Amino acid sequence: MEIPYTISTRPDTGLWNAKIGIWLFLASEVMLFGGLFSAYIFLRLDAQPGEWPHGLLNVPVGTMNTAILIMSSVTVVLAWAALKMRRYNAYWWYMLATIMCGVIFLFVKLYYEWPQKFEHYGVFLKPSALEKYEQYLGNNRRTEKGMEPRIEISGHLHNPEAIKDPSIKEYEIGLDPVFVDPNNPTNDRPHFLYVPPTDHIAKIEKEDVERIDSFGPWHSAYFASYFTITGLHGAHVLAGVLVFIYMWLPVSKKLYQRNPEHLANRVEVCGLFWHFVDLVWIFVFPLFYLL
Amino acid sequence: MNNPPDISQDPAEHEEYAHNVQKHVRGYLTVGALLLAFTGITVALSYVDFGTRKANIGVAMLVATLKAGLVAAIFMHLAAEKRLIYRVLIFTGLFVLALFWLTFLAWYNPVVR
Amino acid sequence: MDASTSLPAAAGHHHPHTHAGEHEHHELGWWRKYIFSTDHKVIGIQYGLCGLVFLFFGFSLMMIMRWQLAYPGQALPVIGKWLPYFFGPNTMPDGKMTPEFYNSLGAMHGTIMIFLGVVPVAFAAFGNFVVPLQIGAPDMTFPKVNAASFWAFGVGGVIMLTSFFVPGGAAKGGWTSYVPLSDIADKGPGFHPFLNGQTLWLVGFIFLITSSLLGAVNFITTIIQLRAKGLTWMRLPFFVWAQFVTAFLLLLAFPPLEAAIVMQLMDRTAATSFFLPAGMIVNGAPLHISGGGSPILWQHLFWFLGHPEVYVLILPAFGIVAEILANNSRKPLWGYKSLVFSVLVIGFLSFIVWAHHMWLTGMGSTVSAFFQTTTLLISIPSVIILSAFFISLWGGSIRFTVPMLWATAFLPMFGIGGLTGIPLAFNSADLYLHDTYYIIAHFHYIVAPGTIFGLFAGIYYWFPKATGRTMNEFWGKVHFWPSLICMNVIFLPMFLQGMLGMHRRWYDGGQGWTLSGEHIWGLTGFQWNTPISWAAWIMGLAQIPFIINFFWSIKHGKKVNDNPWEATTLEWTAPSPPPHGNFVITPVAYRGPYEYSLPGREKDFTMQNEPVEPAERSRRAAEPALAH
Ligand code: HEM
Ligand SMILES: [Cu+2]
Repeated sequence: MEIPYTISTRPDTGLWNAKIGIWLFLASEVMLFGGLFSAYIFLRLDAQPGEWPHGLLNVPVGTMNTAILIMSSVTVVLAWAALKMRRYNAYWWYMLATIMCGVIFLFVKLYYEWPQKFEHYGVFLKPSALEKYEQYLGNNRRTEKGMEPRIEISGHLHNPEAIKDPSIKEYEIGLDPVFVDPNNPTNDRPHFLYVPPTDHIAKIEKEDVERIDSFGPWHSAYFASYFTITGLHGAHVLAGVLVFIYMWLPVSKKLYQRNPEHLANRVEVCGLFWHFVDLVWIFVFPLFYLL
Repeated sequence: MNNPPDISQDPAEHEEYAHNVQKHVRGYLTVGALLLAFTGITVALSYVDFGTRKANIGVAMLVATLKAGLVAAIFMHLAAEKRLIYRVLIFTGLFVLALFWLTFLAWYNPVVR
Repeated sequence: MDASTSLPAAAGHHHPHTHAGEHEHHELGWWRKYIFSTDHKVIGIQYGLCGLVFLFFGFSLMMIMRWQLAYPGQALPVIGKWLPYFFGPNTMPDGKMTPEFYNSLGAMHGTIMIFLGVVPVAFAAFGNFVVPLQIGAPDMTFPKVNAASFWAFGVGGVIMLTSFFVPGGAAKGGWTSYVPLSDIADKGPGFHPFLNGQTLWLVGFIFLITSSLLGAVNFITTIIQLRAKGLTWMRLPFFVWAQFVTAFLLLLAFPPLEAAIVMQLMDRTAATSFFLPAGMIVNGAPLHISGGGSPILWQHLFWFLGHPEVYVLILPAFGIVAEILANNSRKPLWGYKSLVFSVLVIGFLSFIVWAHHMWLTGMGSTVSAFFQTTTLLISIPSVIILSAFFISLWGGSIRFTVPMLWATAFLPMFGIGGLTGIPLAFNSADLYLHDTYYIIAHFHYIVAPGTIFGLFAGIYYWFPKATGRTMNEFWGKVHFWPSLICMNVIFLPMFLQGMLGMHRRWYDGGQGWTLSGEHIWGLTGFQWNTPISWAAWIMGLAQIPFIINFFWSIKHGKKVNDNPWEATTLEWTAPSPPPHGNFVITPVAYRGPYEYSLPGREKDFTMQNEPVEPAERSRRAAEPALAH
């Protein structure tokens, strides 16, 4: 006996095997990202005033990456439609486009967005020292307006050796623009365009500092979830790209010649996975980049 | 929006079939364009002050849900899928919501804070 | 079970005619056939053997712990000298157990028993071997995924085992790996930043979860798509239903734990603080962490899996017991529909009761009212199932075969475990009982004399299908009776110890606790440790007849026909052992799974593939009770 319904559909369910398989797998993926997002909600609700940062990510780059993923979702469904119309050449080109989109997405993440974060530093001040650095924080005005206080000063660390060396008594921070002009209402909300740290250097005494950390996963619950969720999402993108490459290589042509519907089914299954990855990003983007 | 029908074995009908799929392709392109537009809208709305941050999050999640709905309904063919798949997804949806809602409730209603 | 000797022999000799599976069945090499096989039966057997080995290993860990509990601080005779050579010098210097090693043993006992023992045997082994046969399918829908699932399990198991041998030893945080302890344990001087017990536990776990997810997808698709013609949902054997729901539990409950495990891994290796609040002081020094995390979050995500997991442990056993009860009482299973309905309700409700493991985390009355209600609700279908099983026995002509002994013993044992759970469902009672030996007794009654007995029943029952031979009856009984007695001597006193307030994770057996000195039934709470431990060791010995019987019977057991138990379900229509592709004639089902003792028949069993005769049809119409 051979395993039935690998390509044709079973009459009572109207489905072939892998179609059910992939949807079950996606159901488990929903629960996986559901677990991560519930952690996000829990930690964000738990955060004390001022602890959850805003506007630290590069919005235009994030928007671009979102657009890239959306376009790849379109190309992959077009690739599938091309197969359904038995146009292998068109399929090949659409697939290539999809793969390129995935690669660009990962490249931007790994070689641009993430490394930038590791070079940026945040200094968390002791509650007792907040008053002393009021000129950078602008908390008087913020309290008046009912906004969350600022408890961290961030920017480019000019003397990184100070972290290890106890003989150096202060950190020299090239301030992010917000802290240069903290009372300017335009700085109340995140900027759309990325603005690099300024040359305005603030000296912060070590004894006023609770903790100094770069914008890595160790920086805060926010960055912890950002790196974990985008990292896991990136792993999914990578997996998708690898599978697509396999389905784009000459082996696919052989399968196509033997049984085009089989290849179409495979592309449909992988396409479903890819759309799901896109769908997760649709939530990741606003939750981390915008809000 | 229905899914394209399965291809006919009869070469004479192939032309018509291809034409049929072509119509769906136009649909996919439209949805892609809509998604891009909504992405722009999400970004723009995040710079509009809706009063509280909660309100802003609510609006953004609403748009995101709309986008996700489009992806699921059209790209993933959920607009016209088999009953079995709906059933699996309904239960999954319920359990995710339970996870969100009950952990939230446990956070919201402690004995002491 | 050693397919190498029996597979080819049986493929030919039972049904020399039509070989439906044979035309595309080209000979595979030995490695492909028995090691890297994609055949569901071989994978099932692989899972089963590995799982049994892990069960015995996990049991041995516990036997070592029991020495420390009965005779705290004393050197373990004989093997105490040898254990340090195996586990490392700091585990049992001079045969005396260190507290760290005690913790490792406890954590790994739980982890191994549940995730490397019971789940692989109950779900993966029985599910793989039996389900496709029972539904008349040639294999699983995705044979390669199936093999991948097994190998992911293998890798996970090896990583877990390796963790015993890294500096500092295996994980020490319990099978629940509660934070913040597990976040900060096994770190610092003397530990490798990556190759340490807790980190390896997490990594191993990711593989085990992957394995379960792949298995679950495969099981569900198989049951939906590959049922034989005529095998409608309401004609499925109850075992298949149980596996179906179990697969859904694994599929949807494991991923949130996987998320949590990834987060704990990040906490340990990337210095995040998912589960660490600010202001943690460790060894007198503040931790350099961002804080802002929540230990309660881990508990939520852990128990979101944890509770469904306990049903993953019990449902397959329900299924096995159901098959055996019907078969050996020669009666249809009582209340088939309500059984199916109950198992579905259990599956659904088990996702919304998890916080009953967290009464002590300070949840408010709204939340605890919700979870107390759902917890009590979920005990209703459990009671329905148990009652239906008992009623099934009523008026049957019971054959006490070895599988039946285990299956009948399952019933009261599960009953005790389930009923003692009820007080725990009320947070007022649980505040006292939480984390005492009472909890240990409660869940062990369900998983040890419960599930494990179910597994033994299944092994004795389906052994002839896998090998064409039965296991020895006499030695089966020699295995059964001491096991039953020892189990109860082990776990019954633990209820008493728990009610004295003895904590489940104490290293000294409760020696230093005042209430442990109270007398119950002639012994103090502490003194009860001694008979418990002896019973545990005797039970270890009682497994020897089983091990010998098992391997001996593969080659020398009594040869039997394809349906030695005169059962009704489809797996018994296939040759024993079934060839690649399983069935000689594609099976078709015409009736329900438990048509025993149909009136007007010569045989007292009517198999699912026997067509309904005209005479029977009219009789069924006359007696609606017969028409399922
Ligand atoms: C029938 C109704 C049941 C009820 C009302 C119930 C209730 C509970 C409650 C409230 C706890 C938490 C106690 C505590 O930690 O303080 C608990 C623990 C536990 N139960 Fe049950 N239970 C039931 C059945 C089961 C079943 C069927 C299984 C497994 C097959 C099971 C396995 C466990 C396990 C493993 C634990 C302990 C987990 C741990 O802390 O390590 N229970 N039960
Ligand atoms: Cu529970």
